[in-house]
Amino acid sequence: MTRDLRAFQTQSRPGTMTRFGQPLARQMPESQPIPVTPLVSARGLIKQYDGRLVVDHVNLDVMPGECFGLLGPNGAGKTTTLRMLLGLTPPDGGELTVLGEPIPARAREARTRIGVVPQFDNLDPDFTVRENLTTYASYFGLRGETLSRRVEELIEFANLRGRESVPIQALSGGMKRRLTLARALINAPELVVLDEPTTGLDPQARHHIWQRLRMLLSRGTTLIITTHYMEEAERLCDRLAIIDQGRVVACDTPRALIRAHIEPHVLELSGHAATVWLDAQGNVSDIARLHRVGDASLLYSHDPRPLLDRLDSDGLRYLHRPANLEDVFLKLTGHDLRD
Amino acid sequence: MSPSLRFVHVWRRNLRVWRKILIPSILGNFGEPVLYLLAFGYGFGMLVGDLGDMPYMVFLASGIICSSAMFTASFEGMYSAYTRMEVQQTWSAMLGAPLTVADIVFGEVAWAATKGLMSAGAILVVAAVLGLVADARALLALPVLLVTGFTFGACAMVVTAFSKSYDFFLYYFTLAITPMLLLSGVFFPLEQFPAPVQTLAYLLPLAHSVELVRPLLTGGIPTQVLLHLAVIAVYGVAGLMIATIFIRRRLVR
Repeated sequence: MTRDLRAFQTQSRPGTMTRFGQPLARQMPESQPIPVTPLVSARGLIKQYDGRLVVDHVNLDVMPGECFGLLGPNGAGKTTTLRMLLGLTPPDGGELTVLGEPIPARAREARTRIGVVPQFDNLDPDFTVRENLTTYASYFGLRGETLSRRVEELIEFANLRGRESVPIQALSGGMKRRLTLARALINAPELVVLDEPTTGLDPQARHHIWQRLRMLLSRGTTLIITTHYMEEAERLCDRLAIIDQGRVVACDTPRALIRAHIEPHVLELSGHAATVWLDAQGNVSDIARLHRVGDASLLYSHDPRPLLDRLDSDGLRYLHRPANLEDVFLKLTGHDLRD
Repeated sequence: MSPSLRFVHVWRRNLRVWRKILIPSILGNFGEPVLYLLAFGYGFGMLVGDLGDMPYMVFLASGIICSSAMFTASFEGMYSAYTRMEVQQTWSAMLGAPLTVADIVFGEVAWAATKGLMSAGAILVVAAVLGLVADARALLALPVLLVTGFTFGACAMVVTAFSKSYDFFLYYFTLAITPMLLLSGVFFPLEQFPAPVQTLAYLLPLAHSVELVRPLLTGGIPTQVLLHLAVIAVYGVAGLMIATIFIRRRLVR
């Protein structure tokens, strides 16, 4: 029991809460609270393809300096929503303002102040690392001293010093991703939009990207990030919207979402023995909410002690962990496979 | 479709890539058309002799120069542009920056025109060295060749806009480019053909390009200059507009 509680405590991350306060505090000094205008504001955003609503009346507000996550299963409408923010997908209805510019009417003007990290790397294979940065800078009209200084900074940022003259094909997946992120910063953007920034990367490369994103947040850059990695969302995002079938089903801080939707303790059991044991327990609904997925069972509870005692005395293997975002996600979007 | 100078960024990106492969690019520019000029010129020239008061090689040189601008710009607007659009996703990267589809399409067509001009210019140099060019007024052919390249680049981009794979380009070559090459007075005078064929040829842009360039290279003065330029320009402008609309429909959706 004590061991379990300790695990519970170490997994809670005080950092999340403190950092969440930061951006707002910067905008609103305690002495004179000024209402903060959202950097991105969507009202009733709609997109349909072939009569099917892919984005279904989405409302979003992204505040300056925060990391805002769009979380959802494949095909939920995350990428379409991001493309709409950039003016690359014209909405079929609703209102959208990004950095004070109406979208899509003035999307080009907005994009001069936005950085984009697309889901699939589209670095220019005809160029080396440095040429990729200088060429992309030229699309923004950057030149001369500003350009060369920023390119050097970003080579450092991407940790690609010594590889400046290497063709893109010779880079690893992680390096490409870092370069794509660096490229997105070439115009010193106020807002960076990242579509699944760490999908397909190994743990080291993911941590490196996360660390770079936290660096950006500490500088006051606003981030919008789509992901289906829960720990990524929990780690980085100040607030997040869970999207399913084109609709925002929940939107809050990760902790508030967990508090609002899931009991704090989760027991995971799996295998034949666990099924037999569970069936023998009869009705447990007064102690825990039971959810079965195949031969695995999840027990969500406010006070799991009676169950833990029984499990321990019967000698069953189980995992006792705090509720996390994945539990929220699965509860809100269902446990069915999405293709 | 607001006109802007931002297309220059797209054009310059392609120029940067071209500069990296400068030598093979230039060799390619000279190589094939020069072979055509020499092989056809000597081969046919022996059989044909003179066309009116013009040696066949002289007649052929201006035709090959025009068709080279057509081929180079068409290839650039199809195979190369398609590669950047689909395979390399260069355009989608550009769309993340403050460039629009109109900037990209115009920049690509301008680049195709530039490459067309470079390859036609290369043959012009060879033709001059071989003594097939009358005098300095041949330099006036260069703007005509640039416009020709622009038009064929724009038409090629229309094909690219609808293309699902590289195979699709063969239709355009077989159904449009090759007939134009054979019917536009490149290899033999248009007057050889029956009147309906001549009418058809003059409805297409290449014949007009040849009508302008040939006199300029042989010491003459082209007639009906504005008409010829107008036909070429109509194809160019229409191609550019249609390509922009349909490529936007393809990429921004």
